[in-house]
Amino acid sequence: MIFYDEMLAGDEPRAPYATYHDWYLRQEPKRLRRKIREAEALFRRTGITFNVYGARDADERLIPFDIVPRIIGADQWARLTRGIDQRVRAINAFLHDIYHDREILKAGVVPRALIENNAAYLPQMIGVTPPGGVYTHIVGVDLVRTGEDDFFVLEDNARTPSGVSYMLENRETMIHMFPELFTANRVQRVSDYPAMLRTSLEACAPPACKGKPVIGVLTPGSLNSAFFEHAFLAEGMGAELVEGHDIQVENGRVCMRTTQGYKPIDVLYRRVDDDYLDPLNFRPDSLLGIPGVFDIYRAGGITLANAPGAGIADDKAIYSYMPDIVRFYTGSAPLLANVQTWRCGEADALAYVLDNLAELVVKEVHGSGGYGMLVGPAATKAEVERFRKILMDDPSNYIAQPTLALSTTPILSKSGLEPRHVDLRPFVLVSPDRIVTPPGGLTRVAMKEGSLVVNSSQGGGTKDTWVLED
Amino acid sequence: MLGKTAGSLYWMFRYLERCENTARIVEAGFYIALTRGRSASDELASIMRSAGVEAKYLETHQTVDGAKVIDFMLRDRDNPVSVRSVIDRARSNARTARTALTREVWEAVNEAWMVVTGALKTPVGDADVPALLGEIKRQTALVRGALEGTMLRNDIFDFCQLGLHVERADATARILDVKYHVLLPSVSRVGGSLDNVQWETILRCVSAQRSYGWVTREAPGARDIADFLILNTAMPRSLAFCQARIAYALISLNDAYGTTHESTRHCARIRERLVPGSIDAIFKSGLHEFISDFLARNQALGSRIEQDYRFFA
Repeated sequence: MIFYDEMLAGDEPRAPYATYHDWYLRQEPKRLRRKIREAEALFRRTGITFNVYGARDADERLIPFDIVPRIIGADQWARLTRGIDQRVRAINAFLHDIYHDREILKAGVVPRALIENNAAYLPQMIGVTPPGGVYTHIVGVDLVRTGEDDFFVLEDNARTPSGVSYMLENRETMIHMFPELFTANRVQRVSDYPAMLRTSLEACAPPACKGKPVIGVLTPGSLNSAFFEHAFLAEGMGAELVEGHDIQVENGRVCMRTTQGYKPIDVLYRRVDDDYLDPLNFRPDSLLGIPGVFDIYRAGGITLANAPGAGIADDKAIYSYMPDIVRFYTGSAPLLANVQTWRCGEADALAYVLDNLAELVVKEVHGSGGYGMLVGPAATKAEVERFRKILMDDPSNYIAQPTLALSTTPILSKSGLEPRHVDLRPFVLVSPDRIVTPPGGLTRVAMKEGSLVVNSSQGGGTKDTWVLED
Repeated sequence: MLGKTAGSLYWMFRYLERCENTARIVEAGFYIALTRGRSASDELASIMRSAGVEAKYLETHQTVDGAKVIDFMLRDRDNPVSVRSVIDRARSNARTARTALTREVWEAVNEAWMVVTGALKTPVGDADVPALLGEIKRQTALVRGALEGTMLRNDIFDFCQLGLHVERADATARILDVKYHVLLPSVSRVGGSLDNVQWETILRCVSAQRSYGWVTREAPGARDIADFLILNTAMPRSLAFCQARIAYALISLNDAYGTTHESTRHCARIRERLVPGSIDAIFKSGLHEFISDFLARNQALGSRIEQDYRFFA
């Protein structure tokens, strides 16, 4: 397989990388290696670590950071954001539709059973319109690339996409370590993301809100692996970081316990899954959530971001219908392509998948984090056969996709620059009147040679992502 | 501000202060163990008593031995006041209160935790103890410096100050509580070198050998030491000083919040007993009783603050 190298075409750097490449050639390898250690020390000092469940504090881990930036030209970015904008608009229209008039089901574009039998579909949301009509306040659109202009959406993260703190901290770290690169390259700013997030959430304040909206970030707690990010965003927005036990319902409002008594929260950016949000309305055993919050939500007393039930939009079985969904709601062809997807629940598709298992990537419909999947070309014969059995037991629980020739961006290894596969997660902010994609995102990189899995749980690392100015 | 956040700020500074106090009494203990030969084990035991962990130590150790006591006070995670235990707690409270801290303060705490826990991963040899204790005090001082230099003077700052001074008053009072007998007139009249050792230990535990000298210009004596540690309003670890700072923080919270809480009145009642020039009266009515009473009241004040500002649901 030939992989698209984002930095080099043969020996020559591509346009966005020209200045960087020139700078790189002038660097002492020894200095760069020292910078790698320096970056790690910076991350540790800032506390951008994640907890490993069950491990002692000393075992806090760092996600590997690579000091070679991922660079995207202004034109390319403009094209991408148009596609993202269209897709996210369609996702919100889709969510509103399936919880209200269900036109798309009536039109037979998406099968009724796929929605109604889906665990991510929340019947409690039927007939409920979230404040401002926004379902997905923050979306993480996972993109992969296979050629100069060939980008594909791999996944839409419509629940609680994480990783934006890395977008910001990776940039801080790069500016700290290589200020000269930022004078030589005109890189668009991402540092105002928390302020943009705040503005976007404020625009979705509920009817009960009086005056300037009070924003809270709901975290499962300091033992959660993404706690750093929750704290980071709350701090950046000037919001309170709350846990379930800080909150109680008073006079039809969701209130937090402050040093001066209970005060209402208007917008809750919750980093807790639907299931755990409200033990009265959803999982009764949840200790993380707020009993009764959903009733207040329905009565317009609070905004929940993202809206409960939004997760159905990033279901992998729904994903395969996304091009039709985009067409249905926007009336135009999708600007961003989907990866070809076989739904194993369909007999023809299953037959094809079983015949070509060793060449395909097979994923669980509800899986995430790179678990429960088969990467055919990277698996041994025995692994493929074992997976074949699992797949045949419950075909409708799986989708299959061709193994993509993911683009590479170099990382700095001991022997210099070496190509590694990458993906890209831009973070999209949705408010009632606009959709904004801050110029950047999280670039995840498979640190292992040849590996196509970029998830941090599988040893993936991150890079600073530059979007250049015009 | 969230009640939980206020609580985390308060406890973060209590634990940081406790960390420094433990380092300080270990320093006094280390010095004694090096210089005093036979009487060393009594002194080491009394130092652990002042930290409230003598019994805990004896659960797992047969003898009071310098190296073992130092290891217990620095590294033992089962010892709730060991440097390692309290720096962990300080940092975990800082994490919870992260949104209320400037980047500088957070990074200072996080770095203190990294440096100190890193240095305590393996047992500390005698030769490295003084440098390590210096490092611990330096790291906690850096956090206070970051607080001083970068934080707004608002309720956040007040809760930090409350935690710091409630803890510090407690530590000084505990040292006096353990040592009160050497400050009693009946003993000091006996004089002699043993008393001098004891007095020196007290002053070392509060890092006040030098400042005591500046204030009294005399050799250590029981009455003057007690006066200095209880009533001197310029001595930053004295009971009177700590309570004055607590009162100031509470008043500024009252101003900010527009309400006067019970804790303010509670603090005022404690301060009524800390009148300058009243040291002879304190001795007369019983130093031990005075200190025990202070410890109880200071502890009650801490609980009162937790309630008044809704640290817990």
